[in-house]
Amino acid sequence: MAGSWGRFNIVSLVLGFAFLYLPILLLVIYSFNESRLVTVWAGFSTKWYVELFSNRGLMDAAWVTARVAFLSATVATVLGTMAAIALTRYTRFRGRLLFSGMVFAPLVMPEVITGLSLLLLFVAINFDRGFFTVTIAHITFSMCFVAVVVQSRLMSFDQSLEEAALDLGATPAKAFFQVTLPVILPAVISGWMLAFTLSLDDLVIASFTSGPGATTLPMKIYSQVRLGVTPEINAVCTILIGIVALGVIAASIVTKRQEVQRRRDEQAAIRVAG
Amino acid sequence: MARFVSAIAARFVIALAYLWLLVFFLAPFLIVFKISLSEPALAMPPYQPVFDLFAGFSAFFEKLRALSFSNYLWLFDDPLYVNAYLSSIWIATVSTLITLAVGYPIAYGMARAPASIRPTLLMLVILPFWTSFLIRVYAWIGILKPEGLLNQFLMFLGLIDEPLVILNTTTAIYIGIVYSYLPFMVLPLYSTLEKMDGSLIEAARDLGCPPMAAFWKVTFPMSLPGVVAGCMLVFIPAVGEFVIPDLLGGSRTLMIGKTLWTEFFNNRDWPVSSAVAVILLLILIVPIMLFQRSQARSREAGN
Repeated sequence: MAGSWGRFNIVSLVLGFAFLYLPILLLVIYSFNESRLVTVWAGFSTKWYVELFSNRGLMDAAWVTARVAFLSATVATVLGTMAAIALTRYTRFRGRLLFSGMVFAPLVMPEVITGLSLLLLFVAINFDRGFFTVTIAHITFSMCFVAVVVQSRLMSFDQSLEEAALDLGATPAKAFFQVTLPVILPAVISGWMLAFTLSLDDLVIASFTSGPGATTLPMKIYSQVRLGVTPEINAVCTILIGIVALGVIAASIVTKRQEVQRRRDEQAAIRVAG
Repeated sequence: MARFVSAIAARFVIALAYLWLLVFFLAPFLIVFKISLSEPALAMPPYQPVFDLFAGFSAFFEKLRALSFSNYLWLFDDPLYVNAYLSSIWIATVSTLITLAVGYPIAYGMARAPASIRPTLLMLVILPFWTSFLIRVYAWIGILKPEGLLNQFLMFLGLIDEPLVILNTTTAIYIGIVYSYLPFMVLPLYSTLEKMDGSLIEAARDLGCPPMAAFWKVTFPMSLPGVVAGCMLVFIPAVGEFVIPDLLGGSRTLMIGKTLWTEFFNNRDWPVSSAVAVILLLILIVPIMLFQRSQARSREAGN
């Protein structure tokens, strides 16, 4: 189909990507603005970044967010991978329909509903709100995203490889950790990263479920954004964008290398077999 | 023996994820429903408990009789809530259609691109999705406000003499939703368009079908699963959206996510906000089922 890649397609792609990237680009550019007025350019300066690091409240919030994101992404990856395995490997078990419903519904559920319902649960069981309630809330919705990512990888995975390992006397656990996991690892890693950024990003659910002393970075940014656009906020956002962009690019390079390596191995195996 | 261990491991794998979702996803909805039936009270938590598990059965039945739907009646009596629901559905519908119109050409262009650059294009669509939602919405405030970059640019070009008021209007909400949810639309569209057999369109063209007719008669109908999935992925969260109407829509625009937030955080009326959530969920149940079905279908196709 390459021949039919006409002018129309190129124009729509260029316009589409300009629309997607221009706002972010402008935000990054204006974080280096000398002037406090965000929309008047007054020369290049990094002073907002320097000021940022002396902002105690912002730094505390960043630390809380980093811990919540790390812990919730890790637990969500384990639970999400289990859910993915349950959905692809075990096609018959009691309540499977309910289970798959519970895995897919949080993907589209409005955040205000998820946030409110979790808060009411924590109040009902008398659980003090704070670091752990935010973490539990983040695990719950991000494990579903992990499950979807891992599931799509598991579906293209040749199950006979695992069966072969079992036939050769491996225990199920060994077969999983030595055969299945290495194959689905790229999906598990990108699931972890997705869960991490979802947690880093979340404002609504955190606002409902957090308590005193557990203000996350998005909550802090939100309360300042309501007072107006400031260069400090642009600087915080630029740093966050930078971290995420670096992570995603690094992950894609790693995946690509593994893919190349895998292909080379396969070809070598075919040559040996031939 | 191995089979026995394997069965136990299978149980464990299913049970752990299952239990987590039951406790932290399903049970909270039941609590929301329960609290939506209770009376507000000036206490912490600010509602009268409806059921007390330890009070025994007689107390349970007594409470059951005292259950009130007054919060729901209140919602339907007050035009504020009804209007908020209607305008949320309207705003979400319009912005879903705009997102489809913007996203389709992008997905189509990607699917027709040379196979070597497709992964890069895919990555470029996914990347903004990884950057914070809040940040992407915030970026638009600086662009859309009266002395913002868009107005400066248009005045520099001489297209307008005085700044356009876009921020704090419904237009700003449309822009915000289309911008934030565009990747959700493009990805499912791309995955159906990419799998499509190009020879079908060639056949239509060979038989004398003009390009536009070939698109509407062959390409578009075949991409319908992607269209449905993309539209649901945009529509459902957009109905309950809070951040976009709050930051871009100003105080006058009415959306139910914002109403729920205000009811909860400012008025501290938990029973009414629970009732708002229950009705919102009822409105969204049909679209959510549609989404589930399209997901299940694409999974079967994948197998």
